[in-house]
Amino acid sequence: MATRQTQLLARSLLTPAVALLFIWMIVPLALTLYFSTLHYSLLDPGSESFVGLENFRYFLTDPAFLASLQNTLVLVGSVLALTILLGIPLALLLDQPVVGRNIVRLMVIAPFFVMPTVSALVWKNLLMHPVSGLFAWIAKVFGLTPIDWFNDLPLFAVILIVSWQWLPFATLILLTALQSLDEEQKEAAEMDGASAVSTFIYITLPHLARPITVVILIETIFLLTVFAEIFVTTGGGPGLQTTNIAFLIYSQALIQFDVGSASAGGLVAVVIANIVAFFLVRIVGRNLEA
Amino acid sequence: MARMATTQKVVVSTIGAWLAGFLIFFPILWMVLASFKTELEAFAIPPSFLFFHWTTENYATVQERSDYLHHAMNSIIIAGGSTLIALLIAIPAAWSMAFSPTKRTKDILLWMLSTKMMPPVGVLVPIYLIYKTFGLLDSRIGLVFILCLGNLPIVIWMLFTYFKEIPRDILEAARMDGATIGRELVYVLTPMAIPGLASTMLLNLILAWNEAFWTLNLSTSYAAPLTTFIASYSSPEGLFWAKLSSASTLAIAPILVLGWFSQKQLVRGLTFGAVK
Repeated sequence: MATRQTQLLARSLLTPAVALLFIWMIVPLALTLYFSTLHYSLLDPGSESFVGLENFRYFLTDPAFLASLQNTLVLVGSVLALTILLGIPLALLLDQPVVGRNIVRLMVIAPFFVMPTVSALVWKNLLMHPVSGLFAWIAKVFGLTPIDWFNDLPLFAVILIVSWQWLPFATLILLTALQSLDEEQKEAAEMDGASAVSTFIYITLPHLARPITVVILIETIFLLTVFAEIFVTTGGGPGLQTTNIAFLIYSQALIQFDVGSASAGGLVAVVIANIVAFFLVRIVGRNLEA
Repeated sequence: MARMATTQKVVVSTIGAWLAGFLIFFPILWMVLASFKTELEAFAIPPSFLFFHWTTENYATVQERSDYLHHAMNSIIIAGGSTLIALLIAIPAAWSMAFSPTKRTKDILLWMLSTKMMPPVGVLVPIYLIYKTFGLLDSRIGLVFILCLGNLPIVIWMLFTYFKEIPRDILEAARMDGATIGRELVYVLTPMAIPGLASTMLLNLILAWNEAFWTLNLSTSYAAPLTTFIASYSSPEGLFWAKLSSASTLAIAPILVLGWFSQKQLVRGLTFGAVK
């Protein structure tokens, strides 16, 4: 009797959260699906009509879609590569005996806590401004021509900003994983005469495989929808050079007011994210059983 | 000899680590310095690093011209409100899954996680239209609501992993000693759950404070939190570097402090327990 009561209580405690999340997931998604089949422009209200898959055809064959898909992939891939390739040595360094390690750790983590609009504007102006930015000054000191970041290398500039924000995340997770590495195993390898390089390749790197996977998956989920950094620095331009899928959908919805096409784009974004999510959920699920 | 080698190693890694840390932290430091310069000095080439005329006038101007405190208050209300409501919904749910797990608990948890993976742009259009219809655009309550729902899966997950670590034997012992459910809750469970609750709250506050998709899209002026307020400096006519810097310094200072306290929990919360 008592257990049944407990079970009932447990279920009623769980219900509000499940119901809310269910509504939150289903209602907007169903609406997106519905809108995506309509000709629906906010500039021309009352003219909604069913057009079937027309919006998808329009969105997927729009040259802007291919450009933004490419930008999205370049952005996600580059930031992943930069944060992991820099994060591994940084984590290894912080895992060493370092005087004042806690302070160094704080400095390394700090960028992660800076709101995206702040980091983007500080980088764009104080550092990357082609005339008065610090980078321009450094370039001049070395007798180089300053780079006009947001005109000549706009996507790369965005990549640098976003990488700066996510490097702490990758480093912190890899460092946490390194600290759980069995010291005895490493010592044993050293005793057997293994060099630092082979210890790294055969012991440390395999140990980092899982955390690296986790970093890749979680960063990908957030990086697929990078928005604020583009919104405040380039507005997607020049041309379409920094428009990613998220920004394209935003501009179709809230600049061009084309609800139907933006909804079709939204569903495309959901499908892409789901492919990544599928793998992440499997990894997390495996861990839940252990 | 061996000792020498270790000392040498410590010196090398210390120098390397401090150098790397300084480089990574530098943009923040540079911003804080610029916030104490005059507009002219902030823009000047060659830049002055420390020997400039230190002034706090930017901080006063930011408040006078753009009512900084109003937006800071919005941030506090939106981040605090959404965190509080999320906790109220999440505590019972996480509690029930940690202490009375059923066969489906794992599926429910993973399903909750998957809702977090839905890209916000996927539902931007319907949310925007719903908000427009109900007059929730540029309202604090609208932002509280959406940030609460957005972070709810993370809150439930974090609480679940913490609650799971509370040893169940203690509960049984208390029950054997004749403790009622009420006493059990107040004297045994709450003290053990508080650290987990605190770190969950902290991480969620940070995430909500820095959220910059919904806040940028759903607020313009009245309800604009600091993320949206700072974004207004991106327009060319609003380009005042010293003022941008002082507004930014104020906006990130409280969260930097909170963040530094919660770095350990950060890993756990953001990886859903996949890395501890």
